[in-house]
Amino acid sequence: MKGIREISGKVFPLDRDHVDTDQIIPKQFLKKIDRQGFGQFLFFHWRYDDDGELRKDFHLDDAKYAGASIIVGGENFGCGSSREHAPWALQDFGFEVVIAPSFADIFYNNCLKNGILPINLEHTEVETLLEKGLRADYSLTVNLEQQTVHDGEGFESTFEIDPYWKQMLLNGWDEISITLSYEEQIEQYEKTRQE
Amino acid sequence: MKPKNIIEKLWDEHVVYQESGKPDLLYIDLHLVHEVTSPQAFEGLRLKDRSVRRPDLTFATMDHNVPTVNRTVINDEVAKTQMTRLDKNCKEFGIELADIHHPDQGIVHVIGPELGLTQPGKTIVCGDSHTSTHGAFGALAFGIGTSEVEHVLATQTLWQSKPKTLQIEVTGKLGFGVTAKDLILGIIAKFGVGSGAGHVIEFTGEAIRNLTMEERMTVCNMSIEAGAKAGIISPDETTFDYLKGKRHVPDGDQFQTAVEKWKSFASDDGASYDKTLQINGSEIEPQVTWGTNPSMGISISSHVPSPDQSTKKSEQEAIQRALAYMGLEGGEKIDEVPIDFVFIGSCTNSRLSDLRAAAEVVKGRKVKDSVTALVVPGSQSVKNQAEEEGLHKIFLDAGFEWRESGCSMCLAMNDDIVPPGKRCASTSNRNFEGRQGNGSRTHLVSPAMAAAAAIEGRFTDVREMMTVVH
Ligand code: SF4
Repeated sequence: MKGIREISGKVFPLDRDHVDTDQIIPKQFLKKIDRQGFGQFLFFHWRYDDDGELRKDFHLDDAKYAGASIIVGGENFGCGSSREHAPWALQDFGFEVVIAPSFADIFYNNCLKNGILPINLEHTEVETLLEKGLRADYSLTVNLEQQTVHDGEGFESTFEIDPYWKQMLLNGWDEISITLSYEEQIEQYEKTRQE
Repeated sequence: MKPKNIIEKLWDEHVVYQESGKPDLLYIDLHLVHEVTSPQAFEGLRLKDRSVRRPDLTFATMDHNVPTVNRTVINDEVAKTQMTRLDKNCKEFGIELADIHHPDQGIVHVIGPELGLTQPGKTIVCGDSHTSTHGAFGALAFGIGTSEVEHVLATQTLWQSKPKTLQIEVTGKLGFGVTAKDLILGIIAKFGVGSGAGHVIEFTGEAIRNLTMEERMTVCNMSIEAGAKAGIISPDETTFDYLKGKRHVPDGDQFQTAVEKWKSFASDDGASYDKTLQINGSEIEPQVTWGTNPSMGISISSHVPSPDQSTKKSEQEAIQRALAYMGLEGGEKIDEVPIDFVFIGSCTNSRLSDLRAAAEVVKGRKVKDSVTALVVPGSQSVKNQAEEEGLHKIFLDAGFEWRESGCSMCLAMNDDIVPPGKRCASTSNRNFEGRQGNGSRTHLVSPAMAAAAAIEGRFTDVREMMTVVH
């Protein structure tokens, strides 16, 4: 994984609470056995109608959001099934940052583990972003090092992130290799448990 | 010593390594694997030339997309690929697998307990959010994503931040005809889908103590729908009685030793929690969800809410959206809403006691002509036991379909799909948009309530049908 320092990008506002992983990536697309190529199925049933035509009431494919890399959503984002295909799909589509007032636990962790930055902001701040995001070309800059989000036109905020995950993301480290360096402790633990 | 709750005890027991500013490195005692969330994890191991650290603590089955009609014909090529891939992965990495033709096959959360793999005091993970089910035994059990599956395969550990603890105390006794499913739906309706966020829930209180193991599993299963990382119930005699004689549980003297150990995990008297919520079990009625998340539930005697019932704009919109998707007006009596499908199954409600409860209602009655109804046992073992008791005949005589075990219509990854616009009374755990098929409308209910709906062709208070029998 490559490290994350600063990400600047267009915002896609998704003004819905409880966006669940079944919506992010519907189950009929879970049958692949590799990690790539899920982006085309992102929010499939919200984007396409039964005839496979783009729906008019969902705006992800609007020209003004082309190339968006920051998605802003509502409460309890990513609830439901633990499928990691959800962050894979977001990432494959081009999203690098998810901003919401609250996240479902598993989804939040799945983002971190795949190098997507999930950011918790205050409810009112998210509302501001959702509204500003309706404009074409509304962009945000996220700085992980400083834990800040700003839009260069007045909006500024900071966010919390676990220092451990911050390090992991900044450096793009592979968690398993790190854990394997604790082999001694794991073995020791297994020995004591057996006694 | 300060009294501890079971969550704190299990956490402390499993910490391999601790350092401030980092999550704890937690040891995992049991890793359950299924075909959908594992292929990319095994692929990851292979790419890095890594092995599975403890194949002996890993157990795999196929459940999510297996066919439930004819096991020998798998029409879906991609599903077939996932199954053959799991088979290959298990062989290559030395993992025990209950494949589609195996007598132990079943939904991963049904067979873990059945085989006695699930035990008090264990940490249990699986690439599936309903791993919380195993918490019914006093195990710390939670769902993980595929990266974590790979991590556990390679290291038998996970980096985890200590969760907060939430006690949900259920006082009183459940009323006649009110089941564990109604209880958990009632809890979620009352406290909301976000009430458990960031927490592990311990369920306590008289009503919980009185539940059987299978009922406790139903409750813990849906803790995730309350937003919690896991649900847990302190083990007691009910737990030990259930486990006695199970295949992977120690026997003879060793069983007694194990029981002593297990007892020590139960929450101490006077243990404290970050948060405590209370609900009176005797006030809960049979539940039906009306909307598109599990907290949108009401009792069978109520009306579907309408948007003007709320003063908050965001809530009004949410109700409006849900009603539109569900094809409901708002304000109608829920027991007048007709249904098209009935699904009795899933890791929430597909165990023997669930099938017995449904069969009791169905016995001597017929499924309404307009309704397609199916029973999908949670495992091959449940199926066999049910057939020994003749339950399958009761269902078949009434007009239900009787299937092979699997997840089936709970998530509709196989051929068992609710068509667009059709309404299903389902004993599963999620009523999200499209969960049972694109455009499908799911109402969550207990097995007895699902059976009653199948007979009447609409939601109905099963207690009225039960009084006749009693
Ligand atoms: S039965 Fe449904 S909820 Fe349970 S494991 Fe299968 S798909 Fe998941």
